[in-house]
Amino acid sequence: MTGQPVPVTLRVNGRREVGRVEPRVTLAEFLREELGLTGTHVGCEQGVCGACTVVVDGAAVRSCLMFAVQAEGCDVETVEGLGRDGLHPLQQAFWDAQAVQCGFCTPGFLMTALVALRERTDWDRTALRERLGGNLCRCTGYEPIVDAVLAAAEAARNPGGEAAR
Amino acid sequence: MRSAAFDYVRAGSVAEALVALADDRETRVLAGGQSLVPMMALRLARPEVLVDITRCPELQSCSLEESVLRIGAAVPDAVLERDPDIRAAHPLLVRTLSLIAHEEIRARGTLCGSLAHADPAAELPALLLATDGEVEVDGPGGPRRVPAAEFFDGPFTAALDDGEMVVAARLPVPGPAVGWAVDEIARRPGDFALAGAVCTVELDSSGRCSGVGVALFGVSSTPVRSRGAEEVLMGQQVDEAVLDAAAAASLDGVDVLGDEVHAPAAYRRDAGRALVRRTLAAAVRSAGGGTA
Repeated sequence: MTGQPVPVTLRVNGRREVGRVEPRVTLAEFLREELGLTGTHVGCEQGVCGACTVVVDGAAVRSCLMFAVQAEGCDVETVEGLGRDGLHPLQQAFWDAQAVQCGFCTPGFLMTALVALRERTDWDRTALRERLGGNLCRCTGYEPIVDAVLAAAEAARNPGGEAAR
Repeated sequence: MRSAAFDYVRAGSVAEALVALADDRETRVLAGGQSLVPMMALRLARPEVLVDITRCPELQSCSLEESVLRIGAAVPDAVLERDPDIRAAHPLLVRTLSLIAHEEIRARGTLCGSLAHADPAAELPALLLATDGEVEVDGPGGPRRVPAAEFFDGPFTAALDDGEMVVAARLPVPGPAVGWAVDEIARRPGDFALAGAVCTVELDSSGRCSGVGVALFGVSSTPVRSRGAEEVLMGQQVDEAVLDAAAAASLDGVDVLGDEVHAPAAYRRDAGRALVRRTLAAAVRSAGGGTA
């Protein structure tokens, strides 16, 4: 019969995970349903909203546009991997800037921003807005989210400075 | 929605992929999946077998040979964008890639996948067409090369036979004297283009146009060459009047899409002409022409 489960082995937040999944199960579904990592949110299921963004082998990607079997041997980071000892600096920046309202889009924004800040910390507002443009938020109007990521970037540039407190 | 059930084959080589694609059931090649997977989620596509080609070593590299950039079918757009050699060799490609969706999509989406998907609003098919590129295909009949002008058969329809797959794209690299530009109109950066244009212009020592390629995307049911604009420009000393005439002629012989939900036909015509005018002017400037 078509679509029988197949084995998949990957790392999620540093931990080796082994599963058997139907090929049609997306990475988002696998993370949520098989591993119980429900921090990755599923919005549009067609790659438009960015809520399901996770990091695969260092790149921010849509976990709804990837089947779990495609992640064989990959290193996956989800929002659960951030700040296991209290809030991650990026999460703290979101808190401080009130960049969260309903919170549905937040994990996706965090993972997109995480990679953006690993790439560079000298973002200007315009470039950062474009970089975050693949994630939709229906509550905040985006400004506090951009403020938060800029503050986190500033803190990363000046670890002892005002913004890092 | 979940995709319909399918079997998954992780091909370790092109030879393995071709065997898997020879299945009697409906098969599709899976590379980045950034167009195919949404279509499957919407059940617009229901392949019974997906053949994942991203682990085929021979599809993972790029090379520059005799002014042609050869890009393997498993190379993601984001890798092309960051490659210093490609940035130096083909800045028009890098600029074109930057117009595609968002970083998270380009991290997995592939150039060859965009060609095979043949979305009429996509940027890369138009780039291939404007620069007379080729597609390397392999299949039951053996490997072959298809010129861009023969590759895009219709909306979402590439000239691939049953069991065939794209293995690489061949993009001629514009020489240092060639000016180029690409631009599009979309509601927001990253959205599908309502209309777009990509062009290359070469000027001789007297400033006359000695070579030109113009292609439009999002305007017709396939990417199209703007022969009208090219004929006006070729051999001319390019000034404002010539650019106006080229823009005016740019949709001659082009079957422009009718009114549809994203834009009325009249808007597409205006946008197409405006983009040809804008990109040609920019290309002439970058080729060293003074007037525009």
